[in-house]
Amino acid sequence: MTVLQKKTESPVAHLTAEDIENLGRELDAIRAEVIADRGERDAAYIRRVIDVQRKLELGSRAVLLVSLFPPAWIAGTIGLSIAKILDNMEIGHNIMHGQWDWMRDPKIHSTTWEWDNVSPAAQWKHSHNELHHTYTNVVGKDNDLGYGIMRVDEDQRWHPFYLGQPVWNFINACFFEYGIAAYDLELGKNLRKSRRSRPEFKARYKQVLGKIRNQVTKDYVVHPLLSGPSFASTMSANFTANIVRNLWTHSVIMCGHFPNGVETFERRSIEGETRGEWYLRQMLGSANISGSKAMHLMTGNLSFQIEHHLYPDLPSNRYAEIAPRIQEIFERYGLTYTQGPLPKQVASAWAKIVRLSFPNGFFDQVAGAGAPVVAPVVSLVRRTADRAEPARPAA
Amino acid sequence: MTTTYPSPRRAATLRARAVRFAEMATTPLLPADYLDLVAPLRSGAPLRGRIEEVVAETADAATIVIRPGADWAGHVPGQYVRIGVDVDGVRQWRAYSLTHGPRADGRISVTVKAVPDGKVSNHLVHRARPGTLVHLEQAAGDFVLPTEGGKFLFVTAGSGVTPVIGMLRNLFPVADSGAVRLARSEPYDIVVVHVAPSEPHSIFLANLRQLDGAGLIRLVARYDDQHGVLDVEDLADLVPDLSERTTFACGPAGLLDALQQHHDGRGLPLLTEQFRLTTLVTGEGGTVTFTAADTVVEASGDTPLLTAGEEAGVLMPSGCRMGICFGCVVPLREGTVRDLRSGDITTAVEGDGVNIQTCINAAAGDCRIDL
Repeated sequence: MTVLQKKTESPVAHLTAEDIENLGRELDAIRAEVIADRGERDAAYIRRVIDVQRKLELGSRAVLLVSLFPPAWIAGTIGLSIAKILDNMEIGHNIMHGQWDWMRDPKIHSTTWEWDNVSPAAQWKHSHNELHHTYTNVVGKDNDLGYGIMRVDEDQRWHPFYLGQPVWNFINACFFEYGIAAYDLELGKNLRKSRRSRPEFKARYKQVLGKIRNQVTKDYVVHPLLSGPSFASTMSANFTANIVRNLWTHSVIMCGHFPNGVETFERRSIEGETRGEWYLRQMLGSANISGSKAMHLMTGNLSFQIEHHLYPDLPSNRYAEIAPRIQEIFERYGLTYTQGPLPKQVASAWAKIVRLSFPNGFFDQVAGAGAPVVAPVVSLVRRTADRAEPARPAA
Repeated sequence: MTTTYPSPRRAATLRARAVRFAEMATTPLLPADYLDLVAPLRSGAPLRGRIEEVVAETADAATIVIRPGADWAGHVPGQYVRIGVDVDGVRQWRAYSLTHGPRADGRISVTVKAVPDGKVSNHLVHRARPGTLVHLEQAAGDFVLPTEGGKFLFVTAGSGVTPVIGMLRNLFPVADSGAVRLARSEPYDIVVVHVAPSEPHSIFLANLRQLDGAGLIRLVARYDDQHGVLDVEDLADLVPDLSERTTFACGPAGLLDALQQHHDGRGLPLLTEQFRLTTLVTGEGGTVTFTAADTVVEASGDTPLLTAGEEAGVLMPSGCRMGICFGCVVPLREGTVRDLRSGDITTAVEGDGVNIQTCINAAAGDCRIDL
């Protein structure tokens, strides 16, 4: 993938400035329609999800009080993993986006919500809502592109450090909540000597440490203590649930912007961007995951990443409903609606991470040299990349 | 054998420790968030109530009987209660008079008439169902008629008539067939002196006239353009038995001060309530008050409140500045704002605190913001 502006064949070359503004108007109209219709049904939906999540978490933790008994360990761990995923994705992520602020319920509001994650809500809201959603896929501006530790675009300069990125990525996946916290703190930038003693950074750093302490105390001290003789097994169950949640959320997030078919953008290209152009960038910069209703719920409806990026503050239960209309707009304007099943999208994202851990064109060179050992790897990486490339609808 | 009881102080410490431990087990949520699932009306919870009965009074009025939470502190008849109801998924707060005395069953009730275009009143009358949770505030209001009756004078100016109308409606409900005379209202002898710049087309005034026509009250209407500005010295002429009455006055500060002086001089009892004009005027732009910053700015109808505040030097939280990130959300205490993207109007009345995004909302009238 190369930034869209440098591509020889631009996927938007066929659109005139007027087309793009019309596109913006159509998307605005869908937004207005959903907002006008938003009401009791949506409010009932989020309240039900919260209710189910809380009962599931309570129930799972209650079962884990006797986690020494293996079936209890298994059932409790599964339940707690699901509860944590629901808390982070469908509930936390979306409430903190302000998707439910219109209900005027102070308990379900972006300004008051806190989630079961080591990154404090306030910091996550800044790096995610403000930076990522504004500068989506703009190389050098959107830190979500590789989180500052990975190279996920040909236009990011290669460095030998990136050779290890498949490993970094796996470690990041296992401890993703800590990765997010470090990322929200902009550790890479702020640990430099000149910056790390700034009071503003210190305050945020302390906030994160406090949140980590609370989370760790809950999962690894308080609940194990409550479990008495099951202390160690409850601890291991909670650890497992945290890892499952981390692996799952990491996979879903990777599928949003890393799979093949997703476009990136040059820094200068967003100067003076119009509303229509902003929408267009969100359309091309995101990828969906296809699957069942349960899968959509577990991804926090981020499986409708395209719809979410177009309308980050519309209630998540509405994304599935508007998706067919969005897809129709993509087709009418001759644009690629990138989507695929979860395993395929995850494989595509991983293939890219492996491919870009080497300098650009490296695999073509070794393949050309006919190196017998690397060839199967090369073809595998290529195959996954090819498979993930979506069929382009007829314009 | 001796029994030792923990001293109250020790019990308090133990309790605090138990609470702290429970909080450590539920962080980042609070134990209360889980307790709310099963016992929303318990002591210590935010004050709520459960609708237990909806009794239709007429085709467009109903009495809503509510079981208040354990922390309900009671009320005096004539006080009002603010009730938060979710209408179309949106929490709306309205004040209703509590027209009855404390009841043996501990429940409270409000009688609501569905007014045209009344979001909350229509919802309560036509759609509210027993079992629904509502949010409550403690009963409030000092401007309350004594329950035993007596002789009273109401002096009202402009929209200051509103709370008085509330009291009169409690005493003399108006049905389609006309005003109703209730036994409990017999001991009240009421005169209303209503002052306004000119004769308005007000539903409230029609109400007063109706009560006057039925002989339930005596109405003295004074319009500045017809009768000249009311001089409080003339009150004794308008109300000959003034000295036998307790006066309730509601209106702007000037009138209340004059009355206070007048009544103090004669040793007459007076209860006042300063009534601020809360009729929200929707227009282009307005005066925006940032309460904590103690800053007042004139904002135009096309300037986002965020920009208006920043230009005035208020420390505004901000983010994407395009309505996406919700980093700029602050409570609008009172006033009207317009969404610059859609033109939608958001209104907050005194005490509401509706959260708004300042980056995409502009003043559409005078606003007060908590910042």
